[in-house]
Amino acid sequence: MNPADPILAIQDLHKSFAGKAKAPVAALRGVSFAVQPREVVGLVGPDGAGKTTLMRLAAGLLVPDQGSATVLGLDSVRDTLLIQGRVSYMPQKFGLYQDLTCQENLDLYADLQSVELAARPARYTRLLEMTGLAPFSDRLAGHLSGGMKQKLGLACALVKSPELLLLDEPTVGVDPVSRRELWRIVGEMVASEGLGVLAATAYLDEAEKCQRVVVLHEGLKLAEGEPAMFREQVRGHSFAVVPTSGTRPRSIQARLVGQPGVVDATIRGGRVRVVTEGASPQVMEGTFPAGMAAEIRPVEPTFEDAFMKLQADTQDATAARTAPSPAASHSPLPASDSVVHTRGLVKRFGSFTAVSDIGFDVHQGEIFGLLGPNGAGKSTTFRMLCGLSKATAGEVRVAGRDLRRTGSYARQRLGYMAQQFSLYGQLSVTENLRFFGRAYGLSGKRLRTRIEWALAEFELAAHRDDSAGLLPGGYKQRLAMAASLLHEPDILFLDEPTSGVDPLARRDFWRRINAFAESGVTVVVTTHFMEEAEYCDRMLIMSQGRELATGTPQEIRDLARTAVHPDPTIEDAFIALAEGTAKPSAPEAKP
Amino acid sequence: MSKAMRLRGFLRKEILQIRRDPSSIILALVMPVVLLFLFGYGVSLDAKQVPVALVLEDHGPEARELAARFVLSRYFEPVGAMSMAEATAWLDQRRVDGIVQVQTDFAARLQRGEAVPVQVVVNGTDANRAALIQAYVGGILTQWSAQRLARGLPASLPAVSVEQRIWFNDANDSTAFLVPGLVALVMTLIGVLLTALVIAREWERGTMEAILSTPLSVGEIMVGKLLPYFLLGMMGLALSVGLGRLVFHVPFRGSYLVLLLLSTLFLLASLGFGLFISAGTRVQFVAAQISIIAGFLPAFFLSGLLFDLESTPRAIQIVSHIVPARYFVSASHTVFLAGDVWPVLGWDALALGIMSLVLIRLARSRLGKRLEG
Amino acid sequence: MHAFLSSLARIRTLILKEFLTLLKDPKTRFLVIGPPIVQFFVFGYAATFDLDRVRYAVVDECRSPESRELLSRFAGSPTFRLVGELDSNQAVEDLIDRQGARLVLHVPPTFSRDLLAGRPTQLQVILDGRNSNVAGIALGYVNAIVAQYNAERATGIVAAPSLQAVGRAWFNENLRSRWFIVSALGGEITAVVVLLLTGLSVSREREFGTFDQLLVAPFSPPEILIGKAVPPLVFGMMDGLLLSTAAVLWYGVPFRGSILALLTVLALFMVSVVGVGLFISSLSSTMQQSLLGTFIFLMPAIILSGFTTPIENMPGWLQIATYANPLRYVVGACREIFLHGATLPMVRPLLWPMVVIAGTALSAAGWLFRHRME
Repeated sequence: MNPADPILAIQDLHKSFAGKAKAPVAALRGVSFAVQPREVVGLVGPDGAGKTTLMRLAAGLLVPDQGSATVLGLDSVRDTLLIQGRVSYMPQKFGLYQDLTCQENLDLYADLQSVELAARPARYTRLLEMTGLAPFSDRLAGHLSGGMKQKLGLACALVKSPELLLLDEPTVGVDPVSRRELWRIVGEMVASEGLGVLAATAYLDEAEKCQRVVVLHEGLKLAEGEPAMFREQVRGHSFAVVPTSGTRPRSIQARLVGQPGVVDATIRGGRVRVVTEGASPQVMEGTFPAGMAAEIRPVEPTFEDAFMKLQADTQDATAARTAPSPAASHSPLPASDSVVHTRGLVKRFGSFTAVSDIGFDVHQGEIFGLLGPNGAGKSTTFRMLCGLSKATAGEVRVAGRDLRRTGSYARQRLGYMAQQFSLYGQLSVTENLRFFGRAYGLSGKRLRTRIEWALAEFELAAHRDDSAGLLPGGYKQRLAMAASLLHEPDILFLDEPTSGVDPLARRDFWRRINAFAESGVTVVVTTHFMEEAEYCDRMLIMSQGRELATGTPQEIRDLARTAVHPDPTIEDAFIALAEGTAKPSAPEAKP
Repeated sequence: MSKAMRLRGFLRKEILQIRRDPSSIILALVMPVVLLFLFGYGVSLDAKQVPVALVLEDHGPEARELAARFVLSRYFEPVGAMSMAEATAWLDQRRVDGIVQVQTDFAARLQRGEAVPVQVVVNGTDANRAALIQAYVGGILTQWSAQRLARGLPASLPAVSVEQRIWFNDANDSTAFLVPGLVALVMTLIGVLLTALVIAREWERGTMEAILSTPLSVGEIMVGKLLPYFLLGMMGLALSVGLGRLVFHVPFRGSYLVLLLLSTLFLLASLGFGLFISAGTRVQFVAAQISIIAGFLPAFFLSGLLFDLESTPRAIQIVSHIVPARYFVSASHTVFLAGDVWPVLGWDALALGIMSLVLIRLARSRLGKRLEG
Repeated sequence: MHAFLSSLARIRTLILKEFLTLLKDPKTRFLVIGPPIVQFFVFGYAATFDLDRVRYAVVDECRSPESRELLSRFAGSPTFRLVGELDSNQAVEDLIDRQGARLVLHVPPTFSRDLLAGRPTQLQVILDGRNSNVAGIALGYVNAIVAQYNAERATGIVAAPSLQAVGRAWFNENLRSRWFIVSALGGEITAVVVLLLTGLSVSREREFGTFDQLLVAPFSPPEILIGKAVPPLVFGMMDGLLLSTAAVLWYGVPFRGSILALLTVLALFMVSVVGVGLFISSLSSTMQQSLLGTFIFLMPAIILSGFTTPIENMPGWLQIATYANPLRYVVGACREIFLHGATLPMVRPLLWPMVVIAGTALSAAGWLFRHRME
């Protein structure tokens, strides 16, 4: 192999899978690209683009129908074992053994990759130090938090010095701090050992960290190039709308989404970030009252802007995104100040305190976020709110009642969407909707109209008779949301609703949530995506079971505002809070 | 060198997992003990202290002496009934399992040297038990007559009596028969069910994908999976044999070496089958179902462990020839109770050897190094 | 009233959903159909203690008309199959050792002399004791043939007086153990099916996260309990009745009791098994745990039910333990109904223990729904 040759050459790769009783599903339809030594290549695309299939083909785990994957000059089908000795692959469900400790997992992969015994101590020390796992080397992998598991998975893939590292969505479900660390480790390894990396990811900000990006879409390569090249393509299309004080950025964003000529509108750092179809902000004129925006100014384009534009261009047919029909009128809740009220909430599992002294109030029509890294106690708090778990101490009241004590009636007014897809996989879309509708007391004509509403609103009509378990990821998430909204709840509980969902689906999701909140539904949501916190009216940031801060996005950002950092994002604020460099006192929520 | 290192690492991982997984421990070490005690105490084909109604219509000394025989016998727990009507009522109410009726002319007929019938009625629901009760009654009658004759008293003894000699198991104790067969069941549990479950779990949890992407070859994966569960199966064997010998006092007339050889062959066949199942289904739930239906049930019913194979219909006998446990149960019975009888063991060993080869090859071809399948 | 109606509607929804998920999943569909069929035939044909075609050899050292007459009775019996005539004790040992024959009949040289002189004589039987049960039963058959021979001689010319047991068996006149096994099949097999179905029903929902959805929805624990219990109950009843009918039609077992009694017994039994299944399921957080739990419960439950071997043969302490085993009652009751012709009042003593077991297990399962979540 010539040093100038690519370490991975993908040539016209085709792969399809036998569908169940249907025609074969084509996962890849002729993809070609190459990865050079010392290069980090990002593979981006929405769910079902073929990223995982491509990774598995490169690792020699699948045999292509047509075309070839040449790794280090070797054919992936013929020389599988040779390749596997020189390449490391980190699958999406990282190959960690939950019942082995960190050290034992490392030992296993070191043995499997024949790392010399003499070289191990130094390598282990370095990897454990880089990943910050040194204090936990004797902990079972199953007891690590999600971010730590991913870091350990990466460490296992790096026990030998591979010539090519294949990473399949290494940061799914990982909080921002861990994500940054993961990429830092990859960067250090590339710099010190000269390996090449191919990383599939659904996070667009991560693509920015790659030297080159390959965009896949439905098994085809849509574009390829350096992130800067992508950015240049949309230069002049990106704008920031600065709201006047007292205007919620969400109000502007909600009006911009789906407007003709507007490709994307998101909230970042308290401003609305807009990508336009043409290189001019004109399309925004008249979409929101002029008094709402203090300023509209052009900003530096990001890869994300380019990606959204690329998607919009390929999917011209994408229906104009209609604002959701507002839910029917809501009966006023019992005269109580707060819809959700907690004080001094504590949860202990044995000697371990998962949640300690959490208290907050959520008011009607508010979107309230519970934020924090993996393992912060968000889900535990959330489960206590929904009555799924009993608080060790403290008070929980939802709509004025304790959900563990009240009967069916109080629970009829709640909607709940669990962290993982948790509908009945064997049942069809309509059967699932019918079940949940009836469970919440809908019947007859009302049930039918609500199901039709859900199928239309969540664009599920084409899949109405498909088994829920076989739906593509984004559709599953829509169905789960449809099921939780069918009975027009007054309060909606969403646990990590956007974890593992691609960027397009996440935008759709928040557009809907905003609309429901506008119509008076109270929303409590947990998330580890800090940029999503911008959509919340107020939030509580947790770490290690404790409250770090509570407040509006503006208030949270203010906590981290320093001379060095005049314009922090929520993510910056979060990291500052987690590291203890922010102003300590949390502002008390103003009613 | 690197091959040995890979294998060692893989093996160490398997052993650590077994140690930390309660379900492995339960299946491999607790289940054998439970099974052994259940079978040792719970499954007994030997009727003891059977409640019977004694209807003495003759109250003479001869009849009372015969009745005393029933009272003294460890097989019976007789209850005196006033009349045949009362006794039949008891039988109907399931208070007794049989009736022994000594008629009015018992002593007279005995004195005259005539044939003396003693009526025996048994509850035939459990045919096996009923036949045993009948045989026990016959035995008591014969014994009593023989002893009377020996004392020179008038008695009648059947012209031809049966002198029984049961080889290998003088007391004809069913525990001595059940325990050796149970070893086959224990090893099937470990070899098929546990092995199928743990490999299917690797597929479900996604660790198999990671393992397949390393330079480990299929052969190495096979050895890495087979060896730990082989050892576990051997521990199950040692446990069963030890408990059988110490707690249930089952004789052992062959040599341990021969038992080891046959167990090795049988365990390899079971492990091959377990691997084959999990390589095919990759889902724990299905793997468990198949192991129970295709592994556990045949090992129980089509192996001669409890039910006699030779008496089953021809079709079932033919099917039983592809059940590895059949050969092992036969061999195990022989090694425990008869000794190293090579005409029996040789064929069993040959059959088991062929089966283990075939099953392991099948599993290997099924496992492959690709995700497709 | 309204609350009650809406509760009924919720239960109905849950039952419908359970049926749909059970029927739509090919694995559970197989579970309801596959194992029962396999077990029906395996139990029916393989699980028998009756002997057939018992291989035996003879050593006739007398070679007289009398000895030939006695031996011809074995040759003529369908239960026995002659595999050879031997002439030495060495040959006997060899034959038994290598399992060439189950038993050897040995007629001593003095047989006909003693017999004709009216002296008691003996027929020696050497049995392979490796299978103690076969040895015991075969010995019983040999005894029966010899007794018959004695009886006929006694009534014949040369009267040698004898004391003989005249046997009669009630309920199962021909002493066929297949009736014994097959009559209880309906209860036993459905126990396996129902236990697996219910055992997995809660843990599957736990593993897929749908159980939380149910708990957050307006369902109350008793509603979930009923919704989860009814579908397996229906499948169990169907399986149970089908297998009981098949036992009569296929294996020719008599049905002497009342259908009402059978229905009541099966229904109560199903409820108690569903209770146990739901209890196991609520206790476990993964499907693997509940499978293991089901297996650990089933093994002893079947062995200690009296299904294949009588409870009376067990030691006293173990017999007491069987009172907590629902299978004990269904096996006993099925036999009472099929073979003894029991009616509902007659099986009443077997019913209430199942009610107690069902009540205990179901309330424990309901309690665990909410409390096993931490």
